[in-house]
Amino acid sequence: MNFVDDSVELREVQKLEGHTDRVWGLAWNPATGSAGIPAVLASCSGDKTVRIWQQNPSNGPFQCTAVLEETHTRTVRSCAWSPSGKLLATASFDATTAIWEHSGGDFECVSTLEGHENEVKSVSWNASGSLLATCGRDKSVWIWEVLPGNEFECVSVLQGHAQDVKMVQWHPTVDVLFSCSYDNTVKVWAEDGDSDDWHCVQTLGESNNGHSSTVWALSFNATGDKMVTSSDDLTIKIWGADIIRMQSGGIFAPLPAIMIEQFFQYIGQVFTSEYDREGVIASGAADDAVRLFVESEESKIDGPTYNLLTRKEKAHDMDINSVQWNSA
Amino acid sequence: MVSELINANLVSMRRKSVEIELNPAMWTTFSHHIRDIKDPEHPYSLEELKVITEDAIEVDDQRSHMVTFTPKVEHCSMATVIGLYLRVKLMRSLPSRYKVDIRVAPGTHATEVAVNKQLDDKVRVTAALENPNLVDM
Repeated sequence: MNFVDDSVELREVQKLEGHTDRVWGLAWNPATGSAGIPAVLASCSGDKTVRIWQQNPSNGPFQCTAVLEETHTRTVRSCAWSPSGKLLATASFDATTAIWEHSGGDFECVSTLEGHENEVKSVSWNASGSLLATCGRDKSVWIWEVLPGNEFECVSVLQGHAQDVKMVQWHPTVDVLFSCSYDNTVKVWAEDGDSDDWHCVQTLGESNNGHSSTVWALSFNATGDKMVTSSDDLTIKIWGADIIRMQSGGIFAPLPAIMIEQFFQYIGQVFTSEYDREGVIASGAADDAVRLFVESEESKIDGPTYNLLTRKEKAHDMDINSVQWNSA
Repeated sequence: MVSELINANLVSMRRKSVEIELNPAMWTTFSHHIRDIKDPEHPYSLEELKVITEDAIEVDDQRSHMVTFTPKVEHCSMATVIGLYLRVKLMRSLPSRYKVDIRVAPGTHATEVAVNKQLDDKVRVTAALENPNLVDM
């Protein structure tokens, strides 16, 4: 299954310095990086700030153009841009999620979402930008509706995970929410057509070939028919989803996610993994390495298989906390 | 089935450090950092109480280290806190390139698996270490 193609390698083009503590999360602004608009990246840190970096000029080096500070009082764990690129949500150990808007070069905190009992671990916008999800150590997942005038209203507090929820991620095409947790499972949440209630429609645990330890992250490919999950159990797993079934009928049909493949090369917890637009999976782990995987071109009777395309040892001096493809 | 066997072996490889005979210099480095940590419930240091013993330090040659400690009472509810105190002390003493795993010594605690999982979760540990009471230690 595994081979390394020597002709493909990862080359560091720039190291962005400025944060004074661990960098936990990254997010590319989706409205930037093409059509002459310089790419913009947000990074969030244990130093309680978020930094905005912009390529200047369009194909030149990145420079720090803003520091979002004096708002969060603890580590900022995760950040996410709205699909329009106009808003940035930041999730913090201080139990709040801040919403930032930029006008000109400045960022202003326009809303603070409160409700979680303790550390908020992740935040995610749905594909249309009409909904926001957050999750945290209090084991809950919150869904917020985005209203005019930068108002946010909580529409659901979802209980179900038995432990700390590490990440939430909306499906790229359907308004279905996925969460992964210290309880070793991935849960799928959808709205009941009749009652507008959100509830858990599927749990991917050990009995469905799921992970045997904390699931740190999940990510979808562009079309949303594949999902990758990364875990403390030293594996990443690829899952297949039937989109047609997901969307059919008035009654939501559970997502039949079937584990396709899993990888064992890791010697440290796998904290992050992400699909790029062409289906290449990048992963980062506690062994300080970044790996790229790609689906094999040879077709197999049992289903697709994946190959290790390249491995960058010592990509950083310490654990890799987040990998994010620029999809422009 | 084969895949499950491979996974199990990899997990045990990660957990077990290569055992090297501790030379005096190595022991000095670690014990110096550990021996003055106070057990929160007692005035004596953790080493004096035999919570940490010389045998409990395993060192491997890849700059990642395992520290195991033995809680003196099987149900000691302070096990996680002791683990966190160790983390604070070692973080402050060792260069950041050292990865340190802190574990309850096998067979010494009723909820060993749960305690070790918590001590192994670096995000949970980071959040807990932001507690000002721990920082004062």
